[in-house]
Amino acid sequence: MTELWNILVGLLVIIGALFTLFAAMGVLRFPDLYTRMHAASKAGVFGSGLILIGLAIHATDVAMALRAILAILFLILTTPISAHLLAKAAYGAGYRPWKGTACDEMALTQERSAGKKKSKI
Amino acid sequence: MNEAATGFLEFATLIALGILSLAFLLTVARVILGPGVPDRVLALDMLVAIAIGFIGVIGIRTGFTIYLDIAIALGLVGFLTTVAFARFIMSRRYRQDYQEISARLNAKRRP
Repeated sequence: MTELWNILVGLLVIIGALFTLFAAMGVLRFPDLYTRMHAASKAGVFGSGLILIGLAIHATDVAMALRAILAILFLILTTPISAHLLAKAAYGAGYRPWKGTACDEMALTQERSAGKKKSKI
Repeated sequence: MNEAATGFLEFATLIALGILSLAFLLTVARVILGPGVPDRVLALDMLVAIAIGFIGVIGIRTGFTIYLDIAIALGLVGFLTTVAFARFIMSRRYRQDYQEISARLNAKRRP
């Protein structure tokens, strides 16, 4: 039984590392910040999560397995928040999406809010 | 069978360490190239995720799972730095706006 678990852990670790590599390739190759964020915040966290699941299976101690699961939960909770916050800050600071982007719904809301501000002044 | 499985696990962790190192290098290239501040912040966030993966693989390979506490703390620090950098990027924009507005007001006052 142990050997089966070992093989499962090895496969999880390799697949997780591959997902992390794909995320890094996306971060390097995609054209603008928002597409890069799309690669980093999904594939990167999924790769690290797979490696931590492998660690939780491999650990003989229950406390260590729980800690690994806690780390996965924490990563899944915080990464979308930080990515959303960074994207909003970057858009507000004037970093526009790549020109091949099909739909930029933020532009409409920004124009609307800018119009409101002008009417107030 | 047992020896083969243990050997496969060692081989898998070695391969995973190599792949993670390559991912780390690619992300560092984005930190150096990145045209703007948000790109660099995103790449640093990605570096934290890769470092957590490194800690996991090292924990499986050597049995030092005590480093997992460091991984949790690293995730917390990475989240907080990203939030702080996002606030910094936003505040820089507000300062630019403020300077533009004050410049406009000064231009109005002069004539």
